[in-house]
Amino acid sequence: MHSFSRNLQQRAAVTLTGLALFAFASLVFSGMTGSVAIPLSDIPAAVTDLLHGQTTTLSATLLDLRLSRAITAFVTGAALSLAGVMMQALLRNPLADPYVLGISSGASVGALAALMFMCAAWMVDAAAFAGAVVVSMMLYMLARRDLRGGAAAEGGTALLLLTGVILSSACMALVTLMLSIAPESRLRTMVFWMIGDLSGAPLRWMPWVVLAGALIFALRNARAMNVMALHAEAAATLGIRVGALRKGLFFTSGLLTASAVTSAGSIGFVGLIVPHACRFAVGPDHRLLIPAAALAGGSYLLLADTLARTIIAPQQLPVGVVTALIGAPVFLYQLHRLRK
Amino acid sequence: MISTHHLSLKIGQRQLIADLNWLVQDGECWSVIGRNGAGKSTLLRTLAGLRPPDGGHVAISGRALNEWPLAELARQRAFLAQSRSDAFAYTVIETVLSARHPYHDNRYWEGGEDQAIAMKSLEAMGVAELAARDVRTLSGGERQRVAIAAMLAQDTPLLLLDEPANALDLGHQVGVMKVLSQLCREQGKTAVMIGHDLTLAHGVSTHALLLMGDGRWLAGTTADVMRADLLSDYLGHPIDIIQHGKRSIFIPTEDNE
Repeated sequence: MHSFSRNLQQRAAVTLTGLALFAFASLVFSGMTGSVAIPLSDIPAAVTDLLHGQTTTLSATLLDLRLSRAITAFVTGAALSLAGVMMQALLRNPLADPYVLGISSGASVGALAALMFMCAAWMVDAAAFAGAVVVSMMLYMLARRDLRGGAAAEGGTALLLLTGVILSSACMALVTLMLSIAPESRLRTMVFWMIGDLSGAPLRWMPWVVLAGALIFALRNARAMNVMALHAEAAATLGIRVGALRKGLFFTSGLLTASAVTSAGSIGFVGLIVPHACRFAVGPDHRLLIPAAALAGGSYLLLADTLARTIIAPQQLPVGVVTALIGAPVFLYQLHRLRK
Repeated sequence: MISTHHLSLKIGQRQLIADLNWLVQDGECWSVIGRNGAGKSTLLRTLAGLRPPDGGHVAISGRALNEWPLAELARQRAFLAQSRSDAFAYTVIETVLSARHPYHDNRYWEGGEDQAIAMKSLEAMGVAELAARDVRTLSGGERQRVAIAAMLAQDTPLLLLDEPANALDLGHQVGVMKVLSQLCREQGKTAVMIGHDLTLAHGVSTHALLLMGDGRWLAGTTADVMRADLLSDYLGHPIDIIQHGKRSIFIPTEDNE
């Protein structure tokens, strides 16, 4: 009788340890792999060099480059995946993803405008972030009814979803407009940005701060998310402040998406497929799902990026292509096996 | 237990209930009766605090609804919604355990005690063997019984039920009603429920609230208000009552008779 919750805790511990080890292994693998492979035996020495701030040996230099990119990939993947889980809980729809409300399309408009006018890299990032913020604010103003607190939160999230989809298509129209009038020389960078690309993505602290904050928020509200996912509006009768929770989920997932899109462009599929696969593997309980999805999303994007930079080396693929090419068939397979 | 004071409910411009002064005492079991659109569910949602009243107020244990902290209120009353939509593949036991949320705001995992209560509630509803099933694979009646089990696990003195007999087969309708009337009689719990089956309602309830849908209402013991003339008036269709042993059977009169 008492075994269920203890089982769940044990399962959570085993799953999360396994995923953490896998994430670490992916990081090491990504460090070893590339046009010049570093043997596993050289890694500890190179890491020691790095930690002492020396990049004199070849392995240390290579590792420095690869690891900073790998770490960016990990934090971006984790952020997208976590944002996906939150968005799905917010909309009570397992097919929602971080991009469904148009926050990333807003970022695309900003970034592409900056790219078209040949702004500096930091301005592209700033414009992307600004675009995401503008769309979030518009969404909030237009669909405030769905995010309202307490007793009034009776309408579900249909208005929010519909407003998001419409805003998203409006932004995509702007994107198409810009792509059609952009000078030939800028097109390639613009398209790469759209697909999502990690080459040249700088190592920053900010995404980690955002991810850590969002993770803390999500874990604190994991129980409440379960109740809301199960009971929708009636969650209020179980003591959940539905309006406040919806607002929290909306802003946190919006911030995560903006942060991820700003550093790596709009990488598709991670925010949809990883939460979905994790739900399938570990169950829908958010207390385990949230940390599992963050770890798995990070590892997935890290491995996809390693593949993207090695598969047709010395040429590099934008990582968004790889995530979609692997993600779509895996997703379809899983979906159809589930339906049987 | 729960009372309304000059409560007024409107949908758009339409006045559903006007000046409802109503007192439900501990241990009473009320049925809310009225035709479609008379405001039964609107009233129940207002009692649950899911919808603000359009006038007057609702009080639980003498304290106005909006003065209760949500978490404390969740330990006072449980609410069974009319319908459910399950978007995610939670198991039956997880569904019931989630109803224990009001009891441990600061804990991350449920304890063994919650597990025991959840299993007991499932057994009371006769769905214990479904514990590990995905809720999306249940039949309508099974899902309804799981929802009622979750409500029992919430372990509140006041139960608000919107059509508890919905989707249940005859045997389980009687079974669920028996559990509810036992809870009222033996554990002093209070229930307010909506139902369309008058015979069933009469068997389980001590009191009834009739709603006309134009503001008028009538509250009293089942003996006082569940009379053929009143019911015919409030339901807009002639009703006959037939005595069968100790039970009263309510049947709608057919027009061609």
